Amino acid sequence: MNIFAKLSEYLAFPFVRFALIVGVLISLCSSLLGVPLVLKRFSYIGDGLSHVAFGAMAVAGVVGLTNEMALVLPVTVICAVLLLRTGSGAKIRGDAAVAMISVGALAIGYLLMNIFSYSPNISGDVCSTLFGSTSILTLTKGEVVACVVLSVLSVAMFVIFYNRIFSVTFDESFAKAAGAKTGLYNLIIAVTTAVIIVLAMNLVGSLLISALVIFPALSAMRLFKSFRSVTVCSAVLSVVCSTAGLLVSILAGTPVGSTIVAADIVAFAAFSAVAAVRGAGGRHAAGA
Amino acid sequence: MALIKCEDLCLGYDGREIVHGLNFSVSAGDCLCVVGENGSGKTTLMKTLLGLREPLSGRVVFGDGLRKNEIGYLPQQTAVQRDFPATVSEIVLSGCQCRGRFGFFYSKDDRALAAENMEKLGITSLAGRCYRELSGGQQQRVLLARALCATEKMLLLDEPASGLDPRVTESMYALIDRLHGEGIAVIMISHDIAAALARATHILHIGGDVFFGTRDEYLESDVYAGFAPRDCGGDGGNAEDVEERGERD
Repeated sequence: MNIFAKLSEYLAFPFVRFALIVGVLISLCSSLLGVPLVLKRFSYIGDGLSHVAFGAMAVAGVVGLTNEMALVLPVTVICAVLLLRTGSGAKIRGDAAVAMISVGALAIGYLLMNIFSYSPNISGDVCSTLFGSTSILTLTKGEVVACVVLSVLSVAMFVIFYNRIFSVTFDESFAKAAGAKTGLYNLIIAVTTAVIIVLAMNLVGSLLISALVIFPALSAMRLFKSFRSVTVCSAVLSVVCSTAGLLVSILAGTPVGSTIVAADIVAFAAFSAVAAVRGAGGRHAAGA
Repeated sequence: MALIKCEDLCLGYDGREIVHGLNFSVSAGDCLCVVGENGSGKTTLMKTLLGLREPLSGRVVFGDGLRKNEIGYLPQQTAVQRDFPATVSEIVLSGCQCRGRFGFFYSKDDRALAAENMEKLGITSLAGRCYRELSGGQQQRVLLARALCATEKMLLLDEPASGLDPRVTESMYALIDRLHGEGIAVIMISHDIAAALARATHILHIGGDVFFGTRDEYLESDVYAGFAPRDCGGDGGNAEDVEERGERD
């Protein structure tokens, strides 16, 4: 049976279509936010926040909450706001704060899961939370709708505040001096980041979220030179890689999260190669 | 009426006072140079004027049609900016953003203003170029064009020549002189006392003894005598000044 016949057979299942919709939307949102986050030197915030979400999930499990999101989302949002708050008053800043919260939440989460074991297969649970599970293939219609709504909101936020996000990212003091509400824009970036990360945990799991945030943005920055083209390229690239990764993982039965990240890595390598060839060509032309 | 008037300003952070008793004003057409050693509070003063931080006591009064947030600010470059993927026109346009009106996207007027300021600073040909590929002098011009988009009356320049080679420094100062000549008030923070004295109408010296007055008053003051570098030459002191300093040492 050829690949296309097999693919169309799979696509006939609603859960496969749901997975594709959610995958495309999440990769779109995370790649859009990735550009300002990488430029603000917050590449690791995806990692940090997803570990916070992991810790919160463990707590929710221990407490026995039926709706985990009710705890996970607010906790993650609060941590995002604290981390991205660039107030000069903070005693521990930037990378150190992210690293601290990230490792701390991961450890506490795992500890709680072990002490109050509520499931017979802890390591299986931990593994699927960290590396993503097949849960993206078992999404319910309600979850898909929630994801669509949140994604549309995030993209709308990004488009509306695009110019503001640019100026806050490029030069926060200038923007603030010129009267921009930089605190508000940073808050918007933080909250949106947290929402995307909690959504993305379904797709690739805690450990691989950073990849969704940083790889498309970094790849785009290899080739493009304006903020707008970097943003657009990052979004397109991320959607293409996620779709490819999802399809491959469905066909080949590989883990969803790691397959998508592998696709992102391949794209990054390709973009770097093109940039290197172009750079060498440019130098050669200049020398000639 | 002055554009900016500072009354009995006391600056510091974490409750620790750095400098107090600052009284000065800047009027249209002035060029005020702020000089002083490192750590004397120059940067803190600048942030206070821009509204980025609150003074410990005293107040900053805006007048003569200048509103808060209408100062065009030329900051020192940060590490983030050096490898930022953005074109010159994107950056200059971002200066138009905060002119006290509501709207999320740039208007035709904004684009026209940005184009006009790029023309003024001779960077129109760079409009589509990537910021991180420009030379230091070109980058400063881009940031200056952005500052001009944010103001019509006053520029605040933070070490405008830092990190530039001597030739580019000269042309940067020439540019500042031209803008000042066109009627924009300038506040400049500088380590370069010779450059400051060459163009200032007023001098604010902070750190230790505070001095505010015209350039000529400053040259005669004890504060200058104790501060000016020995090898100043040119615009700096005359033989008398040097002798005076010699006695002090």
